[in-house]
Amino acid sequence: MRVGNRPVGTAKWGRENRVDLYEYQAKDLFAAHGVPVLPGKTVETPEDAAAAAAELGTAVVVKAQVKTGGRGKAGGVKLANDADEARAKAQDILGLDIKGHIVHRVLVTEASDIAEEYYFSFLLDRSNRTFLAMASAEGGMEIEQLAVERPEALARVPVDAIAGVDRAKADEIVAQAKIPAAVADQAAEVIVKLWETFVAEDATLVEVNPLVRDPQDKIVALDGKVTLDENADFRHPDHAALIDERTENPLEAKAKAKGLNYVKLDDGQVGIIGNGAGLVMSTLDVVAYAGEKHGGVKPANFLDIGGGASAQVMADGLDVILGDDDVKAVFVNVFGGITACDAVATGIVEALKILGDTATKPLVVRLDGNNVIEGRRILDEANHPLVTQVDTMDNAADKAAELAAAGA
Amino acid sequence: MSIFLNEQSKVIVQGITGGEGTKHSTKMLAAGTNIVGGVNARKAGTTVTINEKDLKVFGTVEEAIKETGADVSVVFVPPKFAKDAVIEAIDAEIPLVVVITEGIPVHDSAFFWAHACAKGNKTRIIGPNCPGIISPGKSNAGIIPADIAGAGKIGLVSKSGTLTYQMMYELREIGFSTAIGIGGDPVIGTTHIDALEAFEADPETAAIVMIGEIGGDAEERAADFIKANVTKPVVGYVAGFTAPEGKTMGHAGAIVSGSAGTAQAKKEALEAAGVKVGKTPSETAALMREIIAAL
Repeated sequence: MRVGNRPVGTAKWGRENRVDLYEYQAKDLFAAHGVPVLPGKTVETPEDAAAAAAELGTAVVVKAQVKTGGRGKAGGVKLANDADEARAKAQDILGLDIKGHIVHRVLVTEASDIAEEYYFSFLLDRSNRTFLAMASAEGGMEIEQLAVERPEALARVPVDAIAGVDRAKADEIVAQAKIPAAVADQAAEVIVKLWETFVAEDATLVEVNPLVRDPQDKIVALDGKVTLDENADFRHPDHAALIDERTENPLEAKAKAKGLNYVKLDDGQVGIIGNGAGLVMSTLDVVAYAGEKHGGVKPANFLDIGGGASAQVMADGLDVILGDDDVKAVFVNVFGGITACDAVATGIVEALKILGDTATKPLVVRLDGNNVIEGRRILDEANHPLVTQVDTMDNAADKAAELAAAGA
Repeated sequence: MSIFLNEQSKVIVQGITGGEGTKHSTKMLAAGTNIVGGVNARKAGTTVTINEKDLKVFGTVEEAIKETGADVSVVFVPPKFAKDAVIEAIDAEIPLVVVITEGIPVHDSAFFWAHACAKGNKTRIIGPNCPGIISPGKSNAGIIPADIAGAGKIGLVSKSGTLTYQMMYELREIGFSTAIGIGGDPVIGTTHIDALEAFEADPETAAIVMIGEIGGDAEERAADFIKANVTKPVVGYVAGFTAPEGKTMGHAGAIVSGSAGTAQAKKEALEAAGVKVGKTPSETAALMREIIAAL
């Protein structure tokens, strides 16, 4: 079904409709909202890195742009004193694999002198259904480590979604974080601007680690992490440009182009199609258990077709899944709530017609719920050689795992 | 009895004139729901006829309540307008608002939740992004298909819509006092705990099924609540064991919740509270059948 402009069931894996930004994108947003950041330029080649360093005319830091932590330890952040050094460092960093993330871009930014490092973030506090500011005068280190080792050093200040963060609230946060008096005013001003960023951009996380005090007592956001809420895209047409399709898995990119909610999993052999995020997650689990009896086969993907299981959606879904070389068998698991099973069955039959000879892998189909008798009849009548109907979720998962193991 | 919704409930539909609003009003009426009107500011004063029943369209929730005595609103308005619609319902102090709409920005849901709190929590919010609530044979507020299962003594609370349907189907011979889909969004109104508390107090509910999934720490909190407050048998199911580690960069979220949010962590927390947790939906249903048989 659709409510508004979104089909029900478009929730991403774990229902988190969100997009993480690169550091340079986060800092661009910071700058747009008046949060102080150092000048810099994002480039994709060593030559451009040299040019960027020359333009800045200072010592620079060359920073890998990847959406994961631990860049420094992985050799992804390096100091360069001049343009030639910047070229060489960029050469080293571009193409690095940092925890499975290939570096396609580096940020060349002014090197800064650091007197002190602080930590700051705004985020959603799901449990308390409100927002939270976390701040510490002891920044720079891994915040998880600080939270465990010295929890008293990490201030946690609830923020009311309606009242938000004004100067008085920012002062309260600064005081609780024990930020030194000499820079307290400045820090509070920056925090108000970070809150403006958080709200105006519909972020679910804005994190600055470190927030730096330089030797001239100036406060600067030296790093930045921002997570945006994709549900709010309707009021942020500019956010579409922040998505980096290059780093996506090709199958995921193909699925996205067709409007499908698909996540590729490593080391799986059973392709999965279902309706509703919860049922699809459950289907993956059931297939993994069944796989234990069939040579350890596993689910190969998450694909939620939502409520609108038209022939075209089914064909698109099957097309993506059958295009995955890892997949040896497919399990279509649908419980017709609003979705009618006859429409799903017709979708499968039509999809197999559309795909023709390109469809070669066995399909196990389990239909239940709304119009199930008609749905099963349609599949029985079509009598397609690749399709096996099984009438319970557990037995169907077992059959799919068995066929995948046989095909592997 | 039943929880939150019963045969006395008078239901209005915000967004009744839209495609989804009309379609599901038709189904709700067919399921016996006492729909008494709808709300759409632009079509105020008109009448829509659904299943041969003439329903007045009001300009505001407040007017609808004044004229019809409505005490439940079901919201089908698009995400863009959902925040204002829910705030309007809260301001009118309707006792229950069921927000079906999917795709509401979390800043909007956090805002209307804060608004409900500021107004003294006179309005219970279910959802957003949920299938709604059904007390079979009495009333249905939302999109749960009424023909899956009838009335009985199981109470069901679930984050997921389709798993709600699956579980109702598995346990259709026993039936349900109330089944409620609370939604999987990061900010929701009614929680597992609220539903557990109500089921514990409901004389028609003999046992409870609780369905959770990865993310957040709602299931862990529910486990603590069960340990301290629930005497009725509870059976649990958690989806997402095979989910990969989140691709999130910051770990600030985990620090806040103090839980890994994994299916395993949730299962362990529930089992430690004496909840029998099934590995699959059908195993979970089997556990419930054993419990009901032994009552």
